[in-house]
Amino acid sequence: MDLIEIRKIVTCREEIFHEGGPPAAVPLIRGAVAAVLRNPYAGRYEPDIMPMMKALEPVGLDMARRLIAAMGVEPARIQGYGKGAIVGAAGELEHGALWHVPGGYAMRALLGDAKAIVPSTKKLGGPGTRLDVPVTHINASYVRSHFDAMEVGLADGPKANELVYILVMTTGSRIHARVGGLNAAEIVGKDGLR
Amino acid sequence: MNDLKIRKLVVTVEETHREQGRPVQPATRKALAIAVIENPFAGRFVEDLEPLIAIGEALGGLLGDRAVAALGIRPGEAESYGKAAIVGEAGELEHAAALLHPRMGKPLRVAVEKGAALVPSAKKMGGIGTPIDVPLGHKDAAFVRSHFDAIEARLADAPRANEILVAIVVTDSGRPLPRVGGLTTAEMEGKDGLR
Repeated sequence: MDLIEIRKIVTCREEIFHEGGPPAAVPLIRGAVAAVLRNPYAGRYEPDIMPMMKALEPVGLDMARRLIAAMGVEPARIQGYGKGAIVGAAGELEHGALWHVPGGYAMRALLGDAKAIVPSTKKLGGPGTRLDVPVTHINASYVRSHFDAMEVGLADGPKANELVYILVMTTGSRIHARVGGLNAAEIVGKDGLR
Repeated sequence: MNDLKIRKLVVTVEETHREQGRPVQPATRKALAIAVIENPFAGRFVEDLEPLIAIGEALGGLLGDRAVAALGIRPGEAESYGKAAIVGEAGELEHAAALLHPRMGKPLRVAVEKGAALVPSAKKMGGIGTPIDVPLGHKDAAFVRSHFDAIEARLADAPRANEILVAIVVTDSGRPLPRVGGLTTAEMEGKDGLR
């Protein structure tokens, strides 16, 4: 059986105009894509899970492309990103960790030379579980205005033998960001941090 | 529309490629378009709900168009639809009725071309993070059994007390592997909205 068997793909685009304050000149767009896949290692301990990491590379690229298309923006407008995984009950957390490399690789492949680490989170869960995917600036993790998170999940997954892999991107800072710290205009952008 | 104050718009597209391990070809697709709006009547009883009725009319076109665009289809390719609203705690259920029932349908039917059938709907009061199951039915013949369905709509950050979450769903397909008989799309006439 193929390692990759996708049951569902969900994309979501949020357009945020304000949050009680003055409406922004340019609305913030946050997007998420989630793929629900069969977990080829469900129900048993499999010592070597690296083949799945490799098999996920084209899945990640397809998801990243779908996400940018759903957001309806040029890749150059993406300023924040994050990723995550929800592992169904018959899997283990380590199966979620398989997403670190292909998920990050896929977004960097489309966003050019993104310097910062892609923040991530993962957990086990049943159908309907929501994951708060952390988001930070793509070139400098310490940019305070871009610290954010987006809740992602779907009503009918993951089933026990499934995995949900998630990518999130944003076009800017929180809509009324005003708590100081490193500013996007001050980024040096060499070490991925500042 | 001076009264229409949108905090956010959210569009979600869900594709189902497999069901119980079987391929679904072509994949079934649902688009869910949500607006979070300010409730102009939060915290007080207002007899005349015309301003909300007008907002409902505007949202019928806006959200209908967004859903169709997200599916990347021509309006005539839409197959089923549904609508719903969640009223934040400072409002009343009748506010959802004003948005959904009097005038939302006409512009929605323009967005999906035709739409002889009733638009199935659901409404409730709720706090932030409340989910609502939006019922779906075929847009031209309500009795088409393969298209009876629903999709859950939920935002993590809405509705606040003075807000209303309004959702419109458009699909280009029925359930993934329909096999419980009844009226089919091939048999429907699509004239009276029922069969």
